[in-house]
Amino acid sequence: MRIGVGTILRPALVLLLLALVLRPDWFAPVFRPLAPEGAPAIYARSSLLSLSLSHLGLVAAATAAATLVAVTLAILVTRPAGEAFRPLSRTVTNMGQTFPPVAVLALAVPALGFGAGPTLVALFLYGLLPIFENATIALSTLPPATMEAARGMGLNRWQRLVQVELPLAFPVILTGIRLSVVIALGTATIGSTVAARTLGEVIIAGLLTSNTAYVLQGGIIVGLFAVLIYDALVQLEARLARHTGGRRTA
Amino acid sequence: MIEIDRITKTYNGVKAVDAVTMTVETGTITVIVGTSGSGKTTLLRMINRLEEPTSGEVRINGVSTLATKPHLLRRRIGYAIQGHGLFPHHTVARNIGAVPRLLDWPKDKIEARVDELLTLFSMDPAQFRDRYPAELSGGQQQRVGVARALASRPDLLLMDEPFGALDPIIRARAQDDLRRIQKALGSTIMLVTHDMEEAIRLGDRVAVMDGGKLVQHGTPAEIIAQPATDFVANMVGEVERPLRLLSLIPLCDLVEDGDAPGAALPADASLRDALAACLWTGRSAVPVERDGDVVGRVTFDAIRARAELRA
Repeated sequence: MRIGVGTILRPALVLLLLALVLRPDWFAPVFRPLAPEGAPAIYARSSLLSLSLSHLGLVAAATAAATLVAVTLAILVTRPAGEAFRPLSRTVTNMGQTFPPVAVLALAVPALGFGAGPTLVALFLYGLLPIFENATIALSTLPPATMEAARGMGLNRWQRLVQVELPLAFPVILTGIRLSVVIALGTATIGSTVAARTLGEVIIAGLLTSNTAYVLQGGIIVGLFAVLIYDALVQLEARLARHTGGRRTA
Repeated sequence: MIEIDRITKTYNGVKAVDAVTMTVETGTITVIVGTSGSGKTTLLRMINRLEEPTSGEVRINGVSTLATKPHLLRRRIGYAIQGHGLFPHHTVARNIGAVPRLLDWPKDKIEARVDELLTLFSMDPAQFRDRYPAELSGGQQQRVGVARALASRPDLLLMDEPFGALDPIIRARAQDDLRRIQKALGSTIMLVTHDMEEAIRLGDRVAVMDGGKLVQHGTPAEIIAQPATDFVANMVGEVERPLRLLSLIPLCDLVEDGDAPGAALPADASLRDALAACLWTGRSAVPVERDGDVVGRVTFDAIRARAELRA
């Protein structure tokens, strides 16, 4: 096994994150100098654990929905019958990406009210593009000899899709999901401006009371989540790509 | 028996395959040879309906291929292509067992068949069963590709330039393997190639295609000795003709009693091999052996007489 920086750094960052979320009081001496006179150094209005879980839950739900929609769309536009819809689908998903999440939040509040709803919509729209782009490219650049053999041996359309196309495209689709997740982890913090329960609550509380300790505390936790989840997905991709991408040579 | 009956494929008014009729006997290898654009691959792909014929039909053992849904038809017809087309995300065993699995064979029967085929292709099942295609050499990948096409004991095996991506030494070995395995299993094979050498080496029958038409269909000896058109003569090659003819005749046909100096050749080697040995070592005859015993000799004069006689 290769012993790289990751071997030591990864468990250290996991432990740091767990400590920050589960035992925030331990860090009071560290954050104390950053807090204004008389103000608390550690955010205590709600449990950081429950905020983290709610934050991750929002991201997971939005990414799952975006994955489902984007991959379905990509499958449709890579069939001969759906080819004509490819430019249109690209435009729609591109728009999702161009629209600033804050604007989506503002527009969604009148329709969906305050809370998790508008945040879910914003994260969903924002996550569509990377997954759709990657899935479309992956599904339209499959090895031609393998596809020809799959057809020639008598797999029907559905069997080709499920047994050959999706498994071969999966590592590349996963790269798209990884980008979406990381974007969503950061963007979800804005959701707290419309009363969604996310780690953004800590940061916003800090900004409102000029308490740098809160801002840092929230920021570091969100950042660590993003780095660790990104890393875990990279590892998963590498493992999957070993067989499907032909990266290993004889 | 495979009967191809006036099969035609038209693309935008151009006939890629023009009313081709031919019959392939069960248990033989038919090689379809032609230049690129001759329609040979289209002809092959119409047999398992990867291309739908514009008109005409193919009958396998008397039943029209149009009577079955295409994907069900293809499960009964083996298909091996250039660049093997193995599933990179499946192990060797899963690749070979792909069609039997589609046909719902029981698991133990599939496993037994996979091991049987790997052994037939000189690959140790214990060593190769669980490897992935990327972990094999080019020659091994190609053998797994052919094994996969043979797995369900298909009525017919179609091969589209199966050895095109292999280097010459591995290709010669793959051709010998195919011949040996076809004899052992009694398979019916139709193979497409642009290489006349390969056609003569492998085919019981050779079909020459030119501009969508079948210009000649006969034994390799007929194709060489009596080419039907200039195109066929060109494909065979004026210079190579006598040598190609000699390559079809085994030494045992011309063996006579007597001694000869130097190393012996096996009785199933061709006259071309003997001629090369005579020329290279300056001998006027070479000894012939069968199972290690010298059974006679083949003389340079006899080889020359045989070549002149046919031309």
